[in-house]
Order: sequence, then C-alpha cells, then structure tokens
Amino acid sequence: MRYALLLAILLMCAPAFAQANLDGVWENLTILHEDWPDRLFGPELGDYTGIPLNDAARLRADAWDASLITLPEYQCRVHPSDYVPSFAAIRIWEERDKDSQQLIAIHTHHFAWGTERTIWMDGRPHPPEYALHTAMGFSTGKWDGDILTVNTTHLKEGWIRRNGVPRSDRATVTEHFIRHDRHLTLMTVITDPAYLTEPMVRSRDYVYQENQQIGAYPCEPVDEVIREKGTIPHHLPGTNPFLDEFANAHKLSKEAARGGAETLYPEYEQKLSGKK
Amino acid sequence: MKRKITGAFIIVIAVAAFTFAQQNQNLNVEVHLLPVQGNVYMLVGAGGNMTVQVGKDGVLLVDTQFAALSPKILAAIRTLSTGPIRYIINTHFHADHTGGNANLRKAGSTIAGGNVSFDIRDASEGAQIIAHENVMNRMPAAPTDALPTSTYIGDLKKLFFNGEGIEIIHPSAAHTDGDSIVFFRRSDVISTGDIFMTNSYPIIDLAAGGSIQGTIDALNRLVDMIIPVYGQEGGTLLIPGHGRLSDFGDLLNFREMTIIIRDRIQDLIKKGMTLEQVKAARPTRDYDPLFGTNTGFWTTDMFVEAVYKSLSPKK
Repeated sequence: MRYALLLAILLMCAPAFAQANLDGVWENLTILHEDWPDRLFGPELGDYTGIPLNDAARLRADAWDASLITLPEYQCRVHPSDYVPSFAAIRIWEERDKDSQQLIAIHTHHFAWGTERTIWMDGRPHPPEYALHTAMGFSTGKWDGDILTVNTTHLKEGWIRRNGVPRSDRATVTEHFIRHDRHLTLMTVITDPAYLTEPMVRSRDYVYQENQQIGAYPCEPVDEVIREKGTIPHHLPGTNPFLDEFANAHKLSKEAARGGAETLYPEYEQKLSGKK
Repeated sequence: MKRKITGAFIIVIAVAAFTFAQQNQNLNVEVHLLPVQGNVYMLVGAGGNMTVQVGKDGVLLVDTQFAALSPKILAAIRTLSTGPIRYIINTHFHADHTGGNANLRKAGSTIAGGNVSFDIRDASEGAQIIAHENVMNRMPAAPTDALPTSTYIGDLKKLFFNGEGIEIIHPSAAHTDGDSIVFFRRSDVISTGDIFMTNSYPIIDLAAGGSIQGTIDALNRLVDMIIPVYGQEGGTLLIPGHGRLSDFGDLLNFREMTIIIRDRIQDLIKKGMTLEQVKAARPTRDYDPLFGTNTGFWTTDMFVEAVYKSLSPKK
C-alpha cells in the first residue's frame, strides 16, 4: 500500500521532474570567455564578424555614429530581450496559479536597464501583428523535456551588436534555456528577414548564484551636447573614417571584418588563404 | 510649369487608382478593434487606421477609412458603445481616411443649439466632422455629406469629450497642408494621421502642400509631446496612419530614418546631382527592407523624388 502511494505521488510529480526549475539569480560575469565585445565597454566600430548580415544591414551599421546615444531620447534606450542577456546577471522566477500550481509564466529580470520580461507558459496565442511591439517582445514557452524553448515575436527594432548592426522589428527569436546543475546555457536564434541572410545563433552561459542580488539600474536622460533640434548624428555613405580600425588593430582581412554568412564557416578561411 | 502639372497629375491618378482598387477589395476585409489605453481603441481594416474614443458622452472617431467598410466599422463600434457618434475628426483629406465620412456621419448626431446651430447645415442630423480648413479646400469633388462641418484655421483646436481634453494640432506642410494630430490627453494616446507610419516611407504629397521638412518638424513635435514610462517605451501611445500600434521608440526609429535620408539626399543635391542620379545612388537602400517597395501607391522612387523636389531650390 505504501509503495502504491509512493508510486502515485511520483507519477503526480513526473511533470515537475521533466521540467527544470530555473528560479534564481544567474550570473555571467564570472565566465567572460564568450561575447566579451558585447559586454560593458561594447564592441569595436566596424566589427561585423560572426554576423550573417546583408548589405542593407552593413550600410546601416556603416552610417551609425556613436554620438547618437548622446541624444537625451536615446540615452535610456534599453537592450532588447535578444541582446540583454549578454550584458550581466538575470533573475528568473516562476508564476504559478495558487490553487492548481499550474505554471502560468516564467519571468526574467535583467540587470541592464532593469528590464523584465514575461514568458507565457499557459498556451495563450501571440497578439495580432498590429499590436504594440516592445523591446522585450511577446514570448511564449514550452518545455521540451527539461529544455525550456521560447518563441518571441512583436519585437521593437533593436540591434544585433551595439555598434550599429540593426535587428529589425520583423525578427523573431527562438531561445533554449538548458540547465546543467549549477550552470545555465541560453541559446538564442534570431531570424530577421530584413537584415540577416540566415539565422544568427548565439549561446551564453551563466552560473547559479545562491547569495547574489541584482542591483537597481536607474537611467535619467540629460543634455550632454547642445544641438540643433532634430539633429541625428550619422555618417553619410562612404564617409565613416573608423570602419577599418577594427580590422587593422586585429590584423584581420578587411573583407572578413565586414561579416556576412559566408564568413561564418570554415571554408571561408580557405578562401582567404587562396587569395594570398 | 508643364513638369509641375505632370507631377501633380500623376499623384492624383495614383491616389484615384489606389482608392478605386481598395474600394473594390475591402468588402472582404475584416475589421478589428485593439484596446489602446484609457478610453481609446485602434480600429484596423483597410485604408488608414481609425481611432475610436468612447465614454458617457458617446463616440468620437478619428478618420473613417473607405465607404464600403462603413457597415463593418459601425458594427465594431457598437460592440464598444451604443452611444451616439458625436464627432469625426479627419487627419487629412485622402480618401483612405475620409471615404467613410458620409456614412459614419449619418450614423451619428450632434448636440445642436447655441452657436452650433449654424455650425452644420442640418443642425443635429449627423455627427460633426472636424478638420483643418485645408481639408475642405482639398475635397472639391467629395459629396456634400462627406465634407467637414466644422473647420479650424491656425494650429490648434481644443475639445472636451468623454471626460478628457482633446487637442487637435495642425502641423503645417507635412504630409499635406491640412494635417491634424489628435492628442487624447487623459488616455495619453495620439492619433498621428499619415505623418507617422510603421510600414512605409513618409508619404509627402507635394501637390497638396506637403514637404519633407514639414514632415520632420511634425515628427519632432510628436517627440516633444510624448512622455515614455522608461527609456523609449510605454507612456504615450501612438496610433499611426498606417501600420501597427506604436510608442516613443517606434517614432524615434521612424524619425531617425526620415532625417538620415533627408540628409543624404540634401548632400547629393549639394553635389549637383540630378534626380535620376540621386535615384541611381539609392540613398534609401539600407532602409528598403523595412519601408521600400517597387509597387503600389507609394514606391521608394516616388519617395526619393518627393524628397528631392521638396529640398531642391524653387525655380
């Protein structure tokens, strides 16, 4: 009888065993071997390596001027949900129905700009296309075994890399949260029909922090530069003097630094060698 | 002179052809209502987005889409309110925003008396249609019932309806010379008309008094009016002339694109390039995946041409 009761309890708990519990604070500053250019001080100008961008995205990035973010209305622009996990710690917590204990949503809080996002787990549909797009987007998730897979739509325009490489508001993002004991791997796949020729794949790792809290991240716009009203800093086509600095500093082929799908694969190295 | 007439004629023909095609197609279009915030809803169908404000005083509409859609639009409005349609505000004169004026006006009524008795032709019959004076001037061929019944001059008209103040703001020479931006102050929602869209380059109707600089000035004015919750998000919400519900960040992205392309074409003009040379230089190519098209009513070439002509010294 006792075994039957135990078996019944175990069966009732089976879904919980199949799903990982991601709750807690996860830190990535202790493992700085990946995505380093995207953290803290930011990437170098003209570094488009590793990005399957198209010509339109390349031109937008070439025209981008870092002075743009001195404009008061741009100073507190938050990192979009597909970029912000690169930056620093995240907190994850579940929202469950009090009575049924069914999972309604999983929430994440990001240190950078203090943004929070909701991943709906209750099977609700995504809104119509004409609904508001946001930096966090609209996310729904489901468990594939112990892997949380999340689909995000309704993203506002953001960036693939914060040196001007754009990610459009038409992009959709698929993420996989994979927990290995005290480590969490987040794999992000960005599909952007406007600016990418093939999906952009990133992975990031985090370490569970038992005693860490995430600090506040207030942002108050201020006038940093006096400008004529409506001025947008940018480089006219062909006039950006900084584009070769990255390739020169790292002794890279200038063509390779310009990125693109072809440059992501090992065959490209052979192609470059053949050119020499 | 001949070239000016030809350019204006082409735009008129394009608008007419586009409108005719839309009128024939939109009987099959579904009408959707999206709650925005406060008393305000966005109505999506065919043509320009509509705004519906409802409350104890009745219903206020911004724009009316196409006449063929009026029954569906009315049915959608009635899911929100059984109150009378009191006001229709036209953001500009184009048929995709005013085509349903006559039908929706007939479905409403105005509280007449006082100085309102002479404001409209038939006193309380029909909703009041408010627009800038230049909208009336640009609708000589429209049926009488579709014309504005209350026009304003200057740059501001104020209303108080359904418990909130409403500012009707006229930016000069933007999309046309008769544009109105409608700001619902308590709901914190702005109907922008075609000054702002999320799915097209700015449409600059030069023949109707529009200009690129006026468009940028109007976008800057919108930027000043908006207070986001944090960063570039939330707070004041925007119902664009076409496209999806938006907020501060979307507006900034659109303004950024408009100013950058203005600067590029201005630079090419300073270098002495002809219109054909400017088109060949493709000054919009990085934004074309988002806003460009080679077909339809407003192509990328037409946008570049409008900016070029708007910036070129008048001869």
